[in-house]
Amino acid sequence: MAFFERWVLTIILFWPLLASLWVLLIPKEQEDRIRRVSIWMSVVPLVLAAVLFVDYGTRFLGGTGGIQYEVQVTWIPQLGASYHIGADALSVPLIFLTALLTTLSLYYSARVIKHRVKEYFFLFLLLETGMFGVFMALDLVLFYVFWEVGLVPMFFLIGIWGHENRMYASLKFFLYTLVGSVAMLLAFLALYFKTGTFDIVKLTEMRPFADDIVRASLVFFGIFLGLAIKVPSWPFHTWLPDAHTEAPTAGSVILAGILLKLGAYGFLRILLPILPSAFAYWGFLMVILGVISIVYGAFVCMAQTDLKRLIAYSSVSHMGYVMLGLGAAGVALTGSVPWLASKDSAALAMDGAMLQMFNHGIITGALFFLVGILYERAHTRDLTAFGGLSAKLPYYYGIFMVAGFASLGLPGLAGFWSEFFVFRGAFDIVRIWAAIGAIGVVVTAGYILWRIVANVFLGEFNEERWGNKLWDMVGYEKATLWPLILIMFFLGLYPTPLVNFFNSAAVELLTKAGFMF
Amino acid sequence: MLNTLNVVRLLPELILLVTALVVIFVDLYARRRTALWLLPGVSIAGLVLAFVAAFAQWGAQEVVAGTLAADSFAFYFKLVAAVTVVLVILASVRYMRERTRFLGEFYAFLLVATLAVFVAVSATDLITVYLGLETLSIVSYVLTGFLRDDKRSNEAAIKYFLYGAVASAIMLYGFSLLYGLTGTTDLAEIARRLQAGDVLANLEWVAWPAVILAAVGFAFKASLVPFHQWAPDAYEGAPTPVTMFLSTVSKATGFAVMARVFLTAMPSLGEYWMALLYGLAILTMTVGNLIALRQTSVKRMLAYSSIAHAGFILMGLVAVTAPAGGHPFNGLDGVLMYVVAYAFTNAGAFAVVAAVEDGTGDATLDNFAGLIARAPFLAAAMLIFLLSLAGVPPLAGFAAKLFVFAPVVRQEYYALAVVALVNAVVAAGYYLKVVKQMFFVEVPERPAFAVARGMRWALWLMIIGVFGVGIFMNWFAFMSVRSAAGMLGL
Repeated sequence: MAFFERWVLTIILFWPLLASLWVLLIPKEQEDRIRRVSIWMSVVPLVLAAVLFVDYGTRFLGGTGGIQYEVQVTWIPQLGASYHIGADALSVPLIFLTALLTTLSLYYSARVIKHRVKEYFFLFLLLETGMFGVFMALDLVLFYVFWEVGLVPMFFLIGIWGHENRMYASLKFFLYTLVGSVAMLLAFLALYFKTGTFDIVKLTEMRPFADDIVRASLVFFGIFLGLAIKVPSWPFHTWLPDAHTEAPTAGSVILAGILLKLGAYGFLRILLPILPSAFAYWGFLMVILGVISIVYGAFVCMAQTDLKRLIAYSSVSHMGYVMLGLGAAGVALTGSVPWLASKDSAALAMDGAMLQMFNHGIITGALFFLVGILYERAHTRDLTAFGGLSAKLPYYYGIFMVAGFASLGLPGLAGFWSEFFVFRGAFDIVRIWAAIGAIGVVVTAGYILWRIVANVFLGEFNEERWGNKLWDMVGYEKATLWPLILIMFFLGLYPTPLVNFFNSAAVELLTKAGFMF
Repeated sequence: MLNTLNVVRLLPELILLVTALVVIFVDLYARRRTALWLLPGVSIAGLVLAFVAAFAQWGAQEVVAGTLAADSFAFYFKLVAAVTVVLVILASVRYMRERTRFLGEFYAFLLVATLAVFVAVSATDLITVYLGLETLSIVSYVLTGFLRDDKRSNEAAIKYFLYGAVASAIMLYGFSLLYGLTGTTDLAEIARRLQAGDVLANLEWVAWPAVILAAVGFAFKASLVPFHQWAPDAYEGAPTPVTMFLSTVSKATGFAVMARVFLTAMPSLGEYWMALLYGLAILTMTVGNLIALRQTSVKRMLAYSSIAHAGFILMGLVAVTAPAGGHPFNGLDGVLMYVVAYAFTNAGAFAVVAAVEDGTGDATLDNFAGLIARAPFLAAAMLIFLLSLAGVPPLAGFAAKLFVFAPVVRQEYYALAVVALVNAVVAAGYYLKVVKQMFFVEVPERPAFAVARGMRWALWLMIIGVFGVGIFMNWFAFMSVRSAAGMLGL
């Protein structure tokens, strides 16, 4: 057991890197071998992540909690930076999500990617290490390293295997993220000069700048810029529609499923614990940005004719719930909410935000796969070009409806719970803004049903154009989607296991930040 | 004031001098075929010996003959210079063989240039400083114009020479003012007299023009805006291995001398030269980057990018402090870290340019199209160097960026930090343009080409260096913090 605890995270973290190096050594003509190696190698971290999930759930959850499987090895002693990794109730589910979506993406890509196969799988595996690293890092330098490591492969995935506008989109993606990350680096340095360490755990205990709200805010916004661009929150979202639309299918899945979560995760791992006073002070701003993202994103979706772009904008809207939940918890932290009916509301809002991170990964991941499946056949993303697919592609229709309903928050499916928790919490803290945000829920139902379902699945089938060019889902496509669909149903009917994880994380974070339950 | 002459301390310089002479004799007597490998072989052997001789003395702290410091600061630059020149030689074996008959002279000049660098970085006396810089400059003019039949090479050398001669003269004028003011050319003694007010009565103000005029000379070597105009032409026109040398070792020397003269001789005037450098830093990185953005030749783009990087290096000097307890991020360690990271990275990028010139005839952006299919190793290497230039971890450029941004944050120079942030992003923009050409654009009709063996080795060494500095940042942090601490008197 001691061996497991010491090594499990390191193995999960570097396994994909080793796999990518292995892929690099395979001659590029042996494409099938490259595909097989990548998929099977990616199963190892997936299994380990599942074991991690169960192990943490049974041994630590409800008990000691906190950060487990910690490893700390000195790296740059002069700077107090170390290879310090660990996982807690927040990161364990996200590590699992990363492993799952990566394996599914590799499996799906193995059938779809036929061009420059070796580079593709090499980059994808490299990307996985970057994402794992962010979810595990407990040192700011390490966090930054992995944050950037993930950036480069995604730049290539969009730029090489993307659609028509791929070069513009990849460049925009990279430069936008870079602005944020350099600002973040400057803020990290400011934290270092205040405390003399880059260690996240130590910084959490020290709470630098607690009595200096001006400097705290300066540092806060340095980090905030980096994270908000990644989330992305309005008005920093403009890179997203381009990147998501132009990326290859699996790239969009990972972008929406994991990379956006890195930003939200940073709020919870860095901003809230280290700068709780600034987080509380600016909580209301996050609420406003979150609500604007929800409503604005949803209305923009209504105006889309490009199916993929629509799903992309729906991410802006859905990540707004995360911002709303986090911001509401921040407002509650100020302790100046006289009408707060129940102190649990702060934790509930945060639970909702975390649930939304996970659920959005599953649901939007599935939706991007589905859009990709249609695009592979039709080679257009224009949703007005379709119609009547429900009769011709019933299987596809069924799966799409599940994912679509989950996305609009139908009770019984996963998406419902995250929205419910966010609004249940936020309503108690920031009433009016939460009420405005709820408009987004209605509009979401609008664009899913009216824009997508009515245009693509209902109405007249264009026999002339599509004839027998469209066929229903085949084996590997079903195999890619079913795990996600099952998770949507499972979490919709019985979200308790995941809620237990996130609630324990939320309570711990809020307590540490000084919230009195 | 004269110390006894400790010859061991001068061993690196002596080794280089002897090697240069040996190279000339080998060139005289060896047959052409033998000379082709013997000349670079002997040169590299000499540089390795010089490296060892310098490395063995790490930790020494004395002044030899009253003019040459044997301290960790000087050794640090000597080590970087020796390693980089080895890489330059590896990259030039085939490049120069195909372009000139005068190989012996080429390698001998490179070694003499290295010798000049060794002298300049350890000089503690204005006369020696001038001697070192001027030797370096003159040899650099020759190396730049080495391809006699190439018009661009000739033009570059003439431009470089004209600018250089004027800059040297201005610098010398500054030195003479300093001497007139204080009555000494010894850096430490100048500092003492300035501090004590032991200078020409009523002429204390002469120190300001002296600082500014001396700075012109250093800024010329380090290619800071507005003293940079020679750089793009010289970098583009010079044989690419020479460009590797100019943009790394020669530029680093400018910074080394600037740091030593300002920090040793004029600490009391700190506010003034720091303000001057603050402006130069912002100007340099912004102008360099904006012009680089518009280039269509990769070589010229890298030339402007190298100007912009000089602005980044300068940030370290601008924000130099002496934190208690020898903590890192004192500013000067940023300069040192940047120099080593930049040496590997930029030399690497120019080496790839040389290889592409070899393979396709020129180094325009268009010649890089689809490089991943035509010369995968070159494309991968270039990608690594460009990402390192953009400061992406875990590569060398990240360590460099961390170490120059940190002191700026420590000093709370918000304006400089924001300008640097914007510049970092702009720079990434044009690096990615090259990446885009190499990886995203596909030109199946263009032929693949091979890379020379020496070049391959050089590139591998530089790739290892780029990853090494980034991942084992602790070693380089140790060395640079130590060297800087010695110079800052910690």
